[in-house]
Amino acid sequence: MTAYLFKRVLFGLATLVLASMVVFAMLQVVPGDPARLMLGMNATEDQVQVLREQMGLNQPLVLQYLDWAGGLLRLDFGRSYTYSVEVSELVGERLAVSLPLALISLGLSTLVAIPLGLYAASRRGKTADAVSMGAAQIGMAMPNFWFALLLIYVFAVWLRLVPAGGFPGWSAGVWPALKALILPAVALALPQAAILARVTRSAMVEVLGQDYIRTARAKGMTARSVLWRHALRNVLIPVLTILGMQFAFLLAGTIIVENVFYLPGLGRLVFQAISQRDLVVVQSVVMLLVAAVILVNLLVDLSYALVDPRLRGNR
Amino acid sequence: MSFASLPATPARPTGLRRLLASRIFVAGAVLTGIVLLMAAVSLVWTPYDITRLVVADRIQSPSSAHWLGTDHLGRDILSMIMLGARTSIAVALVAVGIGVGIGVPLGAYAAARGGLIDEALMRFNDLVFAFPSLVSAIMITAIFGPGAVNAIIAIGIFNIPVFARVARAGALSIWPREFILAARAAGKSDIRITAEHILPNIAGLLLVQASIQFALGILAEAGLSYVGLGAQPPMPSWGRMLYDAQTVMLVAPWLAVFPGTAIMATVLGLNMMGDGIADALDPKARGRR
Amino acid sequence: MSLLEIENLSLDIDGMPILRDIDLTVDVGEIVGLVGESGSGKSMTALSVMRLLPDAAQLGGRIAFDGIDILAAPESAMCALRGDDMGMVFQEPMTALNPVKTIGEQVAEGIRLHRKVGSAEAEAQTKAILDRVGLPTQKFPLSRFPHQLSGGQRQRVAIAIACALKPKLLIADEPTTALDVVLQAQILDLLRELVAENRMGLLLISHDLAVVTAMADRITILRHGAVADAGQTERVLSQQTHPYTRQLVTAATHVPARTLHRPVEQTTPLLEVTDVSRLYPGPRQGWFGRGNPTRAVDGVSLTLHPGQSTALVGRSGCGKSTLARMILALDAPTSGSIRFDGMELAGKSQAELRPVRRQMQVVFQDPYGSFDPRQTAGKLVAEPLYLLDKPLSRAETRDKVVEALHQVGLSPQDIEKYPHEFSGGQRQRLSIARAIITRPKLIVADEPVSALDVSIRAQILDLFADLNRRLGIAYLFITHDLTVARAVSDDVLVMQDGRVVERGRTLGVLASPQSDAAKALVSAAPDLHRALERRLREQG
Repeated sequence: MTAYLFKRVLFGLATLVLASMVVFAMLQVVPGDPARLMLGMNATEDQVQVLREQMGLNQPLVLQYLDWAGGLLRLDFGRSYTYSVEVSELVGERLAVSLPLALISLGLSTLVAIPLGLYAASRRGKTADAVSMGAAQIGMAMPNFWFALLLIYVFAVWLRLVPAGGFPGWSAGVWPALKALILPAVALALPQAAILARVTRSAMVEVLGQDYIRTARAKGMTARSVLWRHALRNVLIPVLTILGMQFAFLLAGTIIVENVFYLPGLGRLVFQAISQRDLVVVQSVVMLLVAAVILVNLLVDLSYALVDPRLRGNR
Repeated sequence: MSFASLPATPARPTGLRRLLASRIFVAGAVLTGIVLLMAAVSLVWTPYDITRLVVADRIQSPSSAHWLGTDHLGRDILSMIMLGARTSIAVALVAVGIGVGIGVPLGAYAAARGGLIDEALMRFNDLVFAFPSLVSAIMITAIFGPGAVNAIIAIGIFNIPVFARVARAGALSIWPREFILAARAAGKSDIRITAEHILPNIAGLLLVQASIQFALGILAEAGLSYVGLGAQPPMPSWGRMLYDAQTVMLVAPWLAVFPGTAIMATVLGLNMMGDGIADALDPKARGRR
Repeated sequence: MSLLEIENLSLDIDGMPILRDIDLTVDVGEIVGLVGESGSGKSMTALSVMRLLPDAAQLGGRIAFDGIDILAAPESAMCALRGDDMGMVFQEPMTALNPVKTIGEQVAEGIRLHRKVGSAEAEAQTKAILDRVGLPTQKFPLSRFPHQLSGGQRQRVAIAIACALKPKLLIADEPTTALDVVLQAQILDLLRELVAENRMGLLLISHDLAVVTAMADRITILRHGAVADAGQTERVLSQQTHPYTRQLVTAATHVPARTLHRPVEQTTPLLEVTDVSRLYPGPRQGWFGRGNPTRAVDGVSLTLHPGQSTALVGRSGCGKSTLARMILALDAPTSGSIRFDGMELAGKSQAELRPVRRQMQVVFQDPYGSFDPRQTAGKLVAEPLYLLDKPLSRAETRDKVVEALHQVGLSPQDIEKYPHEFSGGQRQRLSIARAIITRPKLIVADEPVSALDVSIRAQILDLFADLNRRLGIAYLFITHDLTVARAVSDDVLVMQDGRVVERGRTLGVLASPQSDAAKALVSAAPDLHRALERRLREQG
């Protein structure tokens, strides 16, 4: 097992390093001078030079990369030009919104989708199966930001149960903060849950057709206990894969949905940074998102080893 | 009589016939067909000219003059949706083209060669997978400024590893089959075998994936133009329409309903077609989806 | 009253009739064989007894087990019976065990379920039964996972699961079909002992008449979902009153009429394999090291003359298929030389190999897997014509294909058909047509009949013999089945652990094997005549 884990971790780190090079290269491919681009056409040559110096653009490329990457390791992302604060500070504040949002919707979708998928598989071919999978089809087809708009209209405008947008901050108390996150989380969770439910169902149906399920039935186990004791763990393998792949979509969804609800998360930050040409902030947020995707996929790879003994083996 | 050993199935064109017999495929094809038709018609005709802003007609509810109403600039929603279909389809289709055009050869090559080349390709896949289309779009927009081309590139790049993976996995399942050994014994090269035996046998798989990526591409394009990273005004796009609708949602909620429904119908249609194709390919798996 | 009584059993699935009027009984301590070709309804009969059929199944008639009306029993009563009073072993040991659970868990599960014992007691019983089936805990800890065991070992685990609670009835559905002959003999011995020890009834399902004859007191022969013949094994098979029984027996013991090839020493050999080895890298050990490489083929030499038919026999994993691939230039030897028609194969480019490949073709085991499902028969059969130096015209290609199809007994109309429109036997003919289209001097056939039903198998063996006579093609038959070797080969090589351990004229080696490997193969090989003689002798 250690060989497998070691290999996965090594590959994960290598991917991270390569990805960081890609993100770093972002500033290098800017047409013209990045400092000039950030400051706009009206800036004086002196101002540009000062910014170049501050961003370290006058150093050799390799040194620039090492500086930047070294900074990342110390969680030092550089300084935001427009906000005149450390980017890490800025990002930290915004993460306090984005991270809970992503986690809540991940939890929500998993809690709904896996039981639903299992239920549909156990009722295969019956009405309950058709209805839940039809609902999943529709859920998959709905853009999350549109679903978010519909939710706002129904629950905030019409029923007035929750605020239509904005975020009071965690300092306002946990409940008001959570209340502001409920609709965004639901909107994000829907398409995730739809896909996950379908994958769970098809994996379960596939597993239930395997020979070892018949062996278990021939032992005298009831159909239900076979499902729990033999099928579930085998179903987890494809479900984990999808969870890992979905994470990238979840992050993208978070950024978009934050904009629907005017939540001060990473999404808002990055779009403001784009419009203000604050490339350092954009670069930092992108790096953070990319690192998160790589990390989650690494975790998924590692958890395979827990579920599937064939990966542990002496191989 | 012999019912246990059934006579071999008769004619061949089972593929298409099975597809047409699949209700889910036909329903999906009809939905998708309507959207395609709208996009096609918009090339030569739309009910109104949307470049002419008629402020007097702004924010009308659906009527016989404007079947789906008008937006805050007085533009006809039906016309906008027809033109938006064009943008969505063009972006998603080109992005699928990029994914298929680059990903499939990569995946097929990796499967044929194996070893280090295969390993290298998988690592490359991991790398690209770390850049979801939205993240790529953010980077590209930050550097070059916004535009529909960004959306195409960002979505297309993410499609490459998807198709490479599917092609590789499909090809790997075909390579050990005996008919490949037979082809090798007939002296055929790896490239020739890939072209003659591997690709035809994974074409169905790729078609299913293409329908899925097409659908995801429509969703991604809508998302990107909603946040301003995709098509820029005045180019009509469904995502942008929803952004505009949000600002006037309190007075004109229907403005948010129609573009969203268009997106959903397109994606639903494509997904259903994909399910139908997958069922036709593997009848045993029917009901598994 | 018998332990198991099946009367007038009929089964429909989705309106398709599968079984009709099946009558069958199994007594306490008795072994009953259920024989039939693929699709005859053997497995469905067994699953009906266990009531493990798909939901759409419609059963009629009566099944009584130990006085219980199986068809009327509630599901809870069936759960109580399954795994306790009736156990079942399935065909595919590779997939019959749950890959994510240890063998200990999987065996103990049934014990805990039915006996309501604590985990210590269940573990003790699990150890006892695994020990009994030949997997002692010292060598095979309960914490093993299925993927860490071989096929034969997994089948032993499956038997342990089925027999853990000493069931009154054991149903074994083709329990040895996926195993090689030596393993088959071991598993059959184990089953026979377990039956004797526990006075179990055993319903043994097999397509192999010889296996069933060796095991069963009575047999029932199924055909197209109905009983064709039934009775005492020796009576049914020696009297052969039913024409279908006669057909099966004849096919099972069929030896094609052929004249032995007389070795002519002065001709230049067609194929010369000299001291060939093939090494595979060893398993990874630790983070960087690797274990010793596996020698899949280890210093093998052999010579084949034009028109000569040689069998390469051995148990699964002995290296015979690897050797075949190297001869076909689909894999390269690590060392040694392979010369075909005087030309060394090693280090040649595909272009240089073309003339050799023209002269050397291949027939595979699986008539389903050996054709691209998306191409027509005509195109598939014509594939080796690619090796000709000058591309043929469309009409010439067609003529060649028609000629090849004719040689194997297929009609020109078959050109437009797709592989799935042919039966298993026809497909194997197609595969032979493909192999002979370039008029090769050598055909390498890898287990060419082992996936076929007996009657079809006899026809295909005849075809091989016939082509050998008419076209003078030399064969290298790769098989673990000595009856095939006997039927079509002049000479035989016995392989074990990558080495050739015995070689000689086929009849001589089979009559008096010298090496242990050959002895094991010969004694394990099911033989209908021998089994029947023994039975008749025992009956007096």
